[in-house]
This record gives sequence, C-alpha cells and structure tokens, in this order.
Amino acid sequence: MGALLTVVIFLPAAVAALLPVVRGEETVKRLALAGTLVNLLLSLPLWFAFDTATPAMQFVAEADWIPRFNIFYRVGVDGISLPMILLTAGLMPICVLCSWRAIDRKVTEFMISLLLMETAMIGVFAALDFVLFYLFWEAMLIPMYLIIGVWGGPNRLYAAIKFFLYTLAGSLLLLVAMIALYFEGGRTFDLTQLMGQPYSPLFQMWIFAAFFFAFAIKVPMFPFHTWLPDAHVEAPTAGSVILASVLLKMGAYGFLRFCLPITPYASQVWMPWIAALSIIAIIYGAAMALAQDDLKKLIAYSSVSHMGFVTLGIFVFNAQGIEGAILQMINHGIATGALFLCVGLLYDRTHSRMISDYGGLARSMPVFAVCLMIFVLSSLGLPGTNGFVGEFLVLVGAFRVSPFVATLAALGIILAAVYLLWMTQRVLFGPAPASWRWPDLSWREAVTLAPLVILVFWIGFYPDPFLSRMHSSVAALVQQVNPGWERESDMFVDLLEPFR
Amino acid sequence: MLTYVLIPLLPLAAFITIGLFGRWFRGRGHYVAVPAVVASWVLSLLTLARVGEGLRVNEELYVWIVSGDFRVALGLLIDPLTAAMLILVTTVSALVHLYSIGYMRGDGGYDRFFAYLGLFTFSMLMLVLANNFLQLYMFWEAVGLCSYLLIAHWYERKSACDAATKAFVVNRIGDFGFGLGILLVFVTFGSVDYVAVFSAAQGASAATVNLLAPLTLMGLDARWDTSALTVICLLLFAGAVGKSAQLPLHTWLPDAMEGPTPISALIHAATMVTAGVFMVARTSPLFDLSPTAMTVVALTGGATALFAATIALTQTDIKRIVAYSTVSQLGYMMLACGVGAYAAGMYHLLTHGAFKALLFLCCGAVIIALHHEQDIRRMGGLKDKLPITYWTMLIGSLALAGFPFTAGFFSKDAILASAWAAGPLGKILALVGLATAFLTAFYSFRLLFVVFWGESRLDPKHAGHLHEPPAAMTMPLVVLAALSILTGYVGIPEFIAPAMSGVGELPHDTGIMIAAILMALGGIAAAYVLYVRSPELPGRLARQWSTLYALSLNKWYVDELYDRFLVRPTVRLARALWETVDAGVIDGAVNGVAATLGEWGRRTRLLQSGQLQHYALVMTIGLFVLMSVYFFW
Repeated sequence: MGALLTVVIFLPAAVAALLPVVRGEETVKRLALAGTLVNLLLSLPLWFAFDTATPAMQFVAEADWIPRFNIFYRVGVDGISLPMILLTAGLMPICVLCSWRAIDRKVTEFMISLLLMETAMIGVFAALDFVLFYLFWEAMLIPMYLIIGVWGGPNRLYAAIKFFLYTLAGSLLLLVAMIALYFEGGRTFDLTQLMGQPYSPLFQMWIFAAFFFAFAIKVPMFPFHTWLPDAHVEAPTAGSVILASVLLKMGAYGFLRFCLPITPYASQVWMPWIAALSIIAIIYGAAMALAQDDLKKLIAYSSVSHMGFVTLGIFVFNAQGIEGAILQMINHGIATGALFLCVGLLYDRTHSRMISDYGGLARSMPVFAVCLMIFVLSSLGLPGTNGFVGEFLVLVGAFRVSPFVATLAALGIILAAVYLLWMTQRVLFGPAPASWRWPDLSWREAVTLAPLVILVFWIGFYPDPFLSRMHSSVAALVQQVNPGWERESDMFVDLLEPFR
Repeated sequence: MLTYVLIPLLPLAAFITIGLFGRWFRGRGHYVAVPAVVASWVLSLLTLARVGEGLRVNEELYVWIVSGDFRVALGLLIDPLTAAMLILVTTVSALVHLYSIGYMRGDGGYDRFFAYLGLFTFSMLMLVLANNFLQLYMFWEAVGLCSYLLIAHWYERKSACDAATKAFVVNRIGDFGFGLGILLVFVTFGSVDYVAVFSAAQGASAATVNLLAPLTLMGLDARWDTSALTVICLLLFAGAVGKSAQLPLHTWLPDAMEGPTPISALIHAATMVTAGVFMVARTSPLFDLSPTAMTVVALTGGATALFAATIALTQTDIKRIVAYSTVSQLGYMMLACGVGAYAAGMYHLLTHGAFKALLFLCCGAVIIALHHEQDIRRMGGLKDKLPITYWTMLIGSLALAGFPFTAGFFSKDAILASAWAAGPLGKILALVGLATAFLTAFYSFRLLFVVFWGESRLDPKHAGHLHEPPAAMTMPLVVLAALSILTGYVGIPEFIAPAMSGVGELPHDTGIMIAAILMALGGIAAAYVLYVRSPELPGRLARQWSTLYALSLNKWYVDELYDRFLVRPTVRLARALWETVDAGVIDGAVNGVAATLGEWGRRTRLLQSGQLQHYALVMTIGLFVLMSVYFFW
C-alpha cells in the first residue's frame, strides 16, 4: 500500500509529462481528466483501507534520497492528512472539467500546470521528511504562479507576483526553521522523529515564530490576508478553486503537522495571540465580505472568515476543536470551492463578476439557483449541511477553553448569514434584466457541481466516516500538545530572552 | 418505532420526490404531497392514542456527531407534549396542503411550493420529536430556512426577498444566543440529551458562570458569578425570542406576510413561530430552577402581548393585522410560561394554532376573491358575497377575542388566572393581559366589521364577479372553525401537563374570568360602535390623538430605529473598514514593503557603477576604516 501512495502522488506528474506529445486540445483535456479521475480512484483504497484505530502513520514508503544528510524519500498518511489528500484528489477532476471551455489558449500548458499542482499538493500532505515536504511546498508555488499569471484576468501579473513573493517570504522562514531543527533534533529531517523531542522553550519559541509566519501567510490569517482577494479575483476558475479548496489548507495543515507536535510549549504560549487573530479574522473577514461588490472578492473575504474558525479550532488544543478544524478545512474546500465554481460558470456566460450586474437568475437558471443556494447555506453553517458540523465542533472546543472567545466567534455566524444571503438575494432574486436569458447548467457543469452537493449533505447528516478517521490521530496530537504542565510564560519575555 | 419515524419521513419523501422530479409534475405536485401529509396525520393520531394509553418513547435513530467526549444522536422523544404538537403540526399542515391546491392554482412555482411545504412539515415534526438540544437547534434552523424559502416564494418581488432575508437574519441573531446556550448546556452537564440534562438539572443549580471573565483577560480581577442555569435559560430564550417574534426581535414576522397566505397560516401563525414557546415548555425543568430567567420570560411575554396589540389597532393590511395579533398571542403564551404555567401556555398554543390558522386562511379566501387586494380600506360588505368565509372568520375572531365558550376563551382564561395566582408580578401581568384582551377583541372585530360589514368599497372591476372560493379552500375553513371551538373541550391541559414541570392543575378564578369576558365583550362593542354605528369616529379619533395614532400606525418606528442605528451603520462601517484599514493600512503596508525594497534596490544599484576607480576608492576607504578599528579600538 505504501507504493500506492507514491503512485497517487506522482501519477499526475507522469500524465503531465505525457501531455506535450499529445496532439489536439480535446485529447489533452480528456487525458488530463482521465489522469485526475484515475488518481481519485487510486486514492480511494487509502480511504477504505485506513485503520482508524491507530494514530501511527500508515501506507508508509521509504527510499534513500540523500543519505549523507539523512534526507529520505518518506511518505505516509494519518487521520489528519488522509482527508486532505482525498479532498485534493477529488477536486482535481472538477478543476479540469470547469476549465473545459473557460481556458481557450495554451490548453496543454494549463493542464500540465494543473497536474503538476496536484502532485505537489498531495506530496505536501503525504511527506514525512522535512526536506521532501519543503520541496513539494515550494513546488506548489510555480504552477500556481503560472495559472494566475498566464491565464488570469487583466491585473494578473500584479496578483501573481504578490502571491508568489508573499508566500515565498513565508517559506524562507520555514527553511530556516527546518535547518535549525535538523541540528537541534539530532541531525534528522524525519518528521516523526522531530516531533515530541524536548526542545528548550526558547528554541521552541523561535521555531514557532518562523513556522507561524510561513503558515499564517498561507492560511491566510489576519493581517497577512491581502494577497488572497487579489489572487482570487485574477485567477481563472480552476485556480480559484485550487487556491480556496486546497492551498489555504496548507497553512492550517502546517500548524497541525509542525507547530503542535514539534513546538507544543510555544504553541501554548502563542495560543492567546493566535486565538485573538482568529477572532479578528472571523469578524473582520465577514465585515470585509459585507462591503464587496465583486463576487469573487466577497467569497475570498468569506474564506478569511471561515479559515479563522480553522485556526481557532486548532489552537484550542482539544479533540472537538481540532476535529472541527479539520472538518472545517474539508467543508471550506467543498463549499467555497463550489461557490467559486458557481461564480466561474456565471462569468463564462456574462463576463462579469459584479453583483450589481446580476439579478433574477432563479427564473432563467433554476438548477443553478438551487445549487448556489445549497452552497451558500453550507457556507453560512446551516445545520444539516457540512458547514454546521465543523463550525459547531470548533465552537464546542473553543467554548471549553474560553466562552468569551466562542461568543465572539459565533458572531461571525450571524454576519455570514448577512453577507451571503444579501449576495444571494441580489444575484438570484428580484426582477431579471429583460435582455438576459442565460442557459441553465450544461451537463458538464452539472457533473462538476453534483458531487459537491452530495458531500454537503453527506457530511451534514453523517459526518462519522470523516470524523472516525480523525479520532486516533487527533487524540494523539492532543496528548502531544498538552503535556501536563501549566503555561506560565509570556511570549515576549521568552522571545527576548537571548537579548538580555 | 417505524410508525413514529414515518411521521416526519413521509413529508420528507414528498419533498424529495417533487424536488427531484418536479419537471414531470407540472402543477400536480399535490398528488404526492397531500397523501404524504395525510398519512403522517393518521400516524400522528395513532401515536396520540398510544400516548394516551401511557406510551413513552426516547430512542436514538443514529449517531450524528462524535468527537472526543462530545456525542450527539438524532433521536425521537415522544410524550404527551410531543403528541399534542404532532397533531397540531400534521392537522394544520394537511389542511393547508388542501387549501393550497385551490389557493396556489396556476402559480408558476406551484410544485416548488408543495415541495417546500413537505420540507417544512418534515423539519417541524423533527423539531418537536427531538430528544436533545442540538437536534432541536438543527431543525429549528431548518424550519427557519423553509420560512425563508417560502417568504421568498415570489422572488421577483424585492419586498418579498427583503422580508425573507430579514426573517433569516433576525432569527440568526436569536439563534446566536440559542447556540451559545447549547454550548453552555454541554459544558455544564456533559451532554445535550434532554433526559440526561433534566435529571441533572437540580444538581447543577449551584454551578456558576463568571460573566465578567472577559475582563480577566485584561488582567482585571472581576467577578460576577451568575447561576449557570440562569445564563443557560436566558441564552436559550434568546432563540425563542427570535423564533416566536418577541420584543425586540419581532420585526421580521409582520414582514414575513409577503409570503403566500397558506404559508402565513401554517408557518407564521400555527406552527413554526410557536416553536419558541414549545422550547421553553420543553425545557421547563431548567427554567423552573431559574427565577430570574422566568421573570425575564414573563416580562418579555407581557410586554410583547400589549405592544403588538397596540400596533394591530391601526394597521390597514389585512394580513399584517392578523400577523401583529399573532405576535401578541405569542406574548400571552410566553407570559404563561414565565409565570410557570407551561400547560396554560401550551394550551393557548394549541387553540391558537387552530383559530389563527383559520383567520389567515379566511384572509386568504378574501384576498383571492378580491384578486390579491390586501388593503381593508378597499373591502367592505363581503358578508353576503362570501358567507362561508364570513361565518368561519367570525368564529375565528370570537376565539381570538376570547368570547365565552370558544377555545380561545378557555386557554386565555387559563393564562390570566395562572398569572393572577403567581405573586405580585403575576398580578401586574394579569392586568396587562386583561388590557390586551380588550385590544384584541377590538382589533379583531374592527377587521371583521370593516371587511365584511358596511358599504362595499371594492374596486368596481372586481365587485361584479365575487364568489366563494372552491371547496378545497372552504373545507379547511370549516374544519378549523369547528376545531376553534372543540379544542376547548377535549381536556388538552390535563393531557399535556404531565410532560412539563410545574403544577398540573390549572387555577380557576371566577373574578378573572368575569373580567376577561367583560374585556372581550367591551372590545367587540367598541369596535361595533366605531366601525359600524359611527364610521366617521375613527378618523376623528386619529386626528385627535395624532401622535399616538402615528406611533401605532408606524409600528412604534422600531424598524426605522434598527435601520438607522444598526443596519446602515454596520454596512457603512464595513465599507469604511475595507477602504481605510484593508486597502489602506494593511495592503498599503504590504505594497509599501515591496516598494521600499524596490527603491533600495534601485538606489544601491547606483553603487555598481562599473568604474574601477570607484571600486578602488571604496576599497581603500574600507581598508582604512578597518585598520583604524583594529589598531586603535
């Protein structure tokens, strides 16, 4: 099974390598679709054969890479990375499908970028060696940079460069942290070995700081979020979907995989600050979304708000909070990805993203209207949809730590209803402009949205298959981050230690 | 068990069938919807009979969410309270289904309408069947969604969409409290199951919550310990305030009248809006342990009852009058719960369900007959043209006014007597209730007289072909009219009382009863004088008391206040934040860093002049400085 995981990582890259020699754009698209679909099928055995009883890494595969520096090719999954891999593999065919007509130039290059992106993303989630992780982490930047910069909107270069430099600046700190850990953790890059070592508090504080900037930019947490609306607005639909559904999860995944187990002490010390930033992100992001006239910007800011729940859930250090956060990562991937798809297929028809250009779509596009409504409801956390389960678990976790924090976070749920329903009303309802008769969903579009609709209700009513795969890993993580001592230190005192 | 599961599942099946295959129905959605809800109704009757024989059910259907020690299942709890609610929901729903066949005929969204009716019925049934707080919350929001979708049924009208969004958002504000209440229940009791929580309630009465805990984050040593139960009850009650349209979250309900009239009858009168009262009654073991929360409930209820009645006096839209009367009657029910007379509150909920659904459906009959005219100033003299509608509406109005021997009389009397027996605050609230009773009788007969009596003020183009609605619409009217009387005589309070805490026996007070009768008769008489005997009088009074009249007519300007001080400032603040903080400060800083680095790059680039003399000069200076430091430091 370890080999299977490797196949799932590299199959898309292999397909990408095939594409340049294929003739004809239709064939390229079909091949890319087939590649992503096969990859999804191949990843399903990982899901079903996953042993829910153990927190250990499963499907582990190892090979020598640069043994002189103890660098290995080492991959594996646990209950935290497994859902992320499935999410990625599941969304890629949708990304290919939604680009079918929307991308009309340099199709081969676009599909290659998408497929390389898939390899890099799955690689990030599966890597168990820090160098391998870092390689995949940086490798994601290039195809995404191209997707925004080549196939994007009018202001694409600014957005692409901003995205690239911003996240690159964060990753450089990650590189520093990686090298420091190598020397401090016994000359190894093996993540499982780097976890749970008794690093000194001071060392942890600095490592955490480096991690924090790398991951906080990627999430993005307030106030590192301004690259996101620009990138979303300019990116083509598939780019927006990947960005929202998977790339934003990288930061949260980094917090879970690195900060909590490697620097538990520092995580505890930083916790109030991260909780505060999360709360700000939830409320501030919602307020920003309320002020937008551009559909993509509105959804981008709603992402900031929703990801605030994720970071809050991670940093309350209990089972409900962390499981809620992981579920919220999946949910956000589904609902926000779907909302970007919806905006994308509107844009294909009208070439406008401005809310004020729309109205009364429920009349001419009833099936679309139902789908958009479902994703909006999921996004605003209506019980019975997936959005509720994740947010509620995060609130349960947060409430146990601080009812006050949970109360502030819950305010975001009111605001979500306001900006999302207001948007829905202006897009779907009201009188339709007389000149408008847009066709309803085509079969291709319906096929891209249908699986997401099913997932919304499946997770909403029966989240157990997802939660049960997290239980063991999350329980172990909670153990690691709560080692039984009381937090007494002040962040700044610690950080300034070497300067006194 | 299957019997009970099928009660909610049948309407759900109807929803799914119509929803998925709606295109093939083309105006025949009721072929699926009506049989499903009638079957639910039959099963509910069966359940009622079994509960009468002593049946109690508390079972889990399946485990919904598990995480750490948090575990919640979807389940069913059946006791007399549930059974009574099942009957109310399925009866009114079945009749509204039937009525809608006539009312919605020819409507573009006919099948969609029946699909949503099924979804609503399912959600409402699951709400009353819930055996834990989170399931209650889940379907509480689900009925809110159905309400949203059905208010926006005619989605091309902006007013309908505004009303729908408003209803959802205002309810969300209440649900914010409700959700936090559930979190506190879980943290306090370690469970969200009714049975587990209620049995541990007594033991938890010593638990406290420090409401000033946020201040300790700032390093202040602040304590304000409040009973956890009180906080829980007040938070849960916030949800009830939203759903049952109590002050200050009442504003959504009158606007919700933008939806089709059968929806107003089913959702916004008989069932969904009473969910708040049902919730307080259901959680009565908690509320009983918190006198503070009870006082808040009673005061809110009393204030809402009187407040809404004063608005109903002057409204001119036929549905809005009835809507404000609903708000007012919900206030009565809350008042009853607040003085510990849950059985009286639930009793009024059930009788009100019958007569208020009746009143709305009568309004619908009038509206249809007049081709969607809703202004009572353009009605009048319909008594002979619409006899069935008139007589059934008369019965409904009598029940609403609390006329002797109608069901509304008995249930209202039970509330007033219970309040009177409940200490000094109760006595004041009973007096408020009596005053409201007078107003209620007045406005309901104002409506009746203006619409059905006197001269016809119809638009002449409709006056010619006025006729009674089809049998599908009149039959529900007759049934509900019968129920508006009969429900007073079937021993409802005795049946439901064991399911709630507090006294089973409702108090009787002859003095209060006589006072209530006098109020009802007085109100009717006053309406008769003003609107039948001397129709010029109301205008004169309105001019004489112009300030009061304007306050009532403009609903005490509550909507305007919210708009001015809450809605618009929020949007303006969001825009200002976006422009200054997000685009200005944060993104400005990001771009600033980039620009600064670029600028530095441009400047330092000048150093790389490529001229050997420069490099040699710089090198010499550098060498000199270094050597100076090395030798003389």
